Amino acid sequence: MTESPTTKPSSWEVCHGVKNGLTADRGCLVKSLHRCNEWHPNNRCHLAEQEEVNVASQYGTLYNRPFVESFEETPMLVAVLTYMGYGILTIFGYLRDFLRHWKIEKCHIAREKEEQKDFVPLYQDFENFYTRNLYMRIRDSWNRPICSVPGAKMDLLEQASHDFNWTFEYTGRIVQDVINLGSYNYLGFAENTGPCADSAAEVTMKYGVGVASTRQEIGNLEKHEEMEKLVARFLGVESAMAFGMGFATNSMNIPALVGKGCLILSDELNHTSLVLGARLSGSTIRVFKHNNMQSLEKLLRDAIVHGQPRTHRPWKKILIVVEGIYSMEGSIVRLPEVIALKKRYRAYLYLDEAHSIGALGPRGRGVVDYFGVDSHDVDVMMGTFTKSFGAAGGYIAGKQELIEYLRSHSHSAVYATSMSPPVVEQIITSMKCIMGEDGTTIGCERVRQLAENTVYFRKRLRKMGFIIYGNKDSPVIPMMLYMPAKIGAFGREMLKRNIGVVVVGFPATPIIESRARFCISAAHTKDMLDRMV
Amino acid sequence: NMASGQQWVLVEMVQAFYEAPAYHLILEGILILWIIRLVFSKTYKLHETSKLTEKEKEDLIEEWQPEPLVSKDHPSLSYDVVTGPPSHKIIINGKECINFASFNFLGLLDNERVKVSALASLKKYGVGTCGPRGFYGTFDVHLELETHLAKFMKTEEAIIYSYGFATIASAIPAYSKRGDIIFVDEAACFSIQKGLQASRSLIKYFKHNDMEDLERLLKEQELEDHKNPRKARVTRKFIVVEGLYINTADICPLPKLVKLKYKYKVRIFLEESMSFGVLGEHGRGVTEHFGINIEDIDLISANMENAVASIGGFCCGRSFVIDHQRLSGQGYCFSASLPPMLAAAAIEALSIMEEDPDIFTVLREKCKHVYKALEGTPGLKLVGVPFAPALHLQLERSLGSRDADMQLLRTIVDHCLERRVALTLARYLEKDERFLPPPR
Repeated sequence: MTESPTTKPSSWEVCHGVKNGLTADRGCLVKSLHRCNEWHPNNRCHLAEQEEVNVASQYGTLYNRPFVESFEETPMLVAVLTYMGYGILTIFGYLRDFLRHWKIEKCHIAREKEEQKDFVPLYQDFENFYTRNLYMRIRDSWNRPICSVPGAKMDLLEQASHDFNWTFEYTGRIVQDVINLGSYNYLGFAENTGPCADSAAEVTMKYGVGVASTRQEIGNLEKHEEMEKLVARFLGVESAMAFGMGFATNSMNIPALVGKGCLILSDELNHTSLVLGARLSGSTIRVFKHNNMQSLEKLLRDAIVHGQPRTHRPWKKILIVVEGIYSMEGSIVRLPEVIALKKRYRAYLYLDEAHSIGALGPRGRGVVDYFGVDSHDVDVMMGTFTKSFGAAGGYIAGKQELIEYLRSHSHSAVYATSMSPPVVEQIITSMKCIMGEDGTTIGCERVRQLAENTVYFRKRLRKMGFIIYGNKDSPVIPMMLYMPAKIGAFGREMLKRNIGVVVVGFPATPIIESRARFCISAAHTKDMLDRMV
Repeated sequence: NMASGQQWVLVEMVQAFYEAPAYHLILEGILILWIIRLVFSKTYKLHETSKLTEKEKEDLIEEWQPEPLVSKDHPSLSYDVVTGPPSHKIIINGKECINFASFNFLGLLDNERVKVSALASLKKYGVGTCGPRGFYGTFDVHLELETHLAKFMKTEEAIIYSYGFATIASAIPAYSKRGDIIFVDEAACFSIQKGLQASRSLIKYFKHNDMEDLERLLKEQELEDHKNPRKARVTRKFIVVEGLYINTADICPLPKLVKLKYKYKVRIFLEESMSFGVLGEHGRGVTEHFGINIEDIDLISANMENAVASIGGFCCGRSFVIDHQRLSGQGYCFSASLPPMLAAAAIEALSIMEEDPDIFTVLREKCKHVYKALEGTPGLKLVGVPFAPALHLQLERSLGSRDADMQLLRTIVDHCLERRVALTLARYLEKDERFLPPPR
């Protein structure tokens, strides 16, 4: 008997659409659905603008803590103004293109070589329209070079532009002590002192920096094996395998696991690497709405019942691809429900914990720890070492036979160089620190500090009236800006006050929902957070 | 006034009714009855989707059994474990051997200067960068490396990736989209093949190093273009070749390719992973080897994991071409940047290469020496040009099946390991390669 969580804001007059899809879905195919009518009245939010939706359903027993997520809908006025803003920018863009074409205005972008002028043009004019006109104006908010450790505070290289952002010059001055809200430094391991850095230094002098061979040929150092055993122990699975780049981990291993005749169900907002891996594998891809369990269940049922399109043969495998924390939304996947669905329908689960490993959970073991589920239920656990461990690379963990298969069939093991020894050493020491095996409690403290910082920061921002997306426990906090002009202005103003933030707009987010994103770190102290607010 | 106007119209209508011919009225009557019937008849779907009952659906769901996630019938592979630093003398599985198996062409893996500069960078920046290039992941070390590379290769700009495999695999899809045409050599390496697959363009393979075959394909394409000039005006065409091929260890005929480029108006992408730091007087690769103006090549891509004993990759070329990758190269925008200590090591290695161009001649002499020594081995064929640093030994007569060949080669490798010389079996993913090279 399947159940799906429904919430009934029946007595809810002020109803802004809830984006995370928990609206009561009366058109559900499964007739044996238990509509859940529990709605804890004391969880009703009193603030008129905000909504907190609580999953208090039959699945309430699966969650051992309240799962609070909110995605507020854009107010109508703001949406209209944003569209107008983009419209004005587009008109200006066309005007300036026209002027450039007639050589009234100076053209700064690089041009094709003279001899190759009659080749087919390399870029279509329209593809670059966005780049030339909108991106160039606020280009100084991105690609800001830093010259120190990307820790809680960093030093930025000051850059000035005399021709409206077409070229940059470095004035040679350094802006010191900018509070860093942009780097993915969740547990504060990006440091150049301390036990991690010392052991990495030792390894550099002993082993060198490069390993000029692939894993399968002669590049498998004993350090790699040690690290993989450690990762497996950390996650509570049978074994693990590590790769040199997180992006490449996804794009090279998904094709090794699924192929033609298989089905991939992926979330709407999955990362580019997952989408690329799914495309390269050649399987059929179906997308379900973000974090929406009804949509996923419907797709699963349809897939199994109807089989492959047109031939109606049964699918060979079904793989559900989700992420632990979504980097642009700040939402956490509903893992217990996904696992229940997966068991019911015998699909396989691929969990990408790029942002959540080390950052969630009482012991820092990621989203599996946060929800308290059994790590053996997730078939393929993937993650990266860049975010919480202060190193580089990615890993895949799971059952012994899965890893054995990947060792011989993964594209990366066969063709790509293995990881650099000092990086491996950094991973080993930082993981031991989090697990507490090096004898200190620094790891536990950092995990706790991160959780505290997150909750505190979110509360303060909420009180100030900003619109925040995402789960209340996720250290990724997107704050909505909406209007294109605000994107550039916010970035610059914050820099003037010595705070470095990240602003994101189209095409990483939908066009009317540009946002500023804060990444909280365990290294941020309370007064830094106060200053930011 | 209005009322009389309306009445007058009504009278007209009735008059028309009486004056109309009979067949006209009958026809209209039939039409009206037909419309009424259609409006009230039951609607039916165009295609009969099988209406399964709920019970049938539940049964199907119960019965469906997926395949296991990974198949168990593959030969298990145990890796050789290397203890200790990977350099000229390497300890594999407990035995110390001379290292003939890793791509450490200039011997810079062991160099003290490289290690010291990496250490200094570690002390300043820590290990990881914690972010992609766009969000505070750009360090001054990266910028320095990019300018250094551009100056070394005498091009306008260079861009750095954090993983060698991803370099060309992200560069190709950034320029070539669905509907474009790419001409590739058959012996292209796996990362190029992945880049081609990700780009969704039309791929045409030409025989390895066979310029006549390529010209034939180009001529065919030209005829197609004449038939459809409007489409031809927006179809981009590229040639992707490697400087020194990993799979066959020989060099592409670059001067002829440049001639073809201007004759048929295609762009050239050159992949120089094996030839960067090896060929040419100053190590600039195959363009210097043949003396070709580097501006003629649209994009040169290489990885820094072979001669430059670091990790990562780079692309260099004119700003017009390279700048585009900063927003659309997937491995650049969506992935964390190269750890700064590895970038510092690469800068140091480049400086060493610049200061001392003699190491390239030394390398070439040694390659020729080894080639002569291995040439007469009975039963084995040597594949490659004399000055290629990575050679392949292939069985002269195949034993019949690929597995048996691999077995024999494995025993040869083990035998060499006993004699304290480390060789390696070239590994390929058998099912995924387009043109599987014979075992070597």
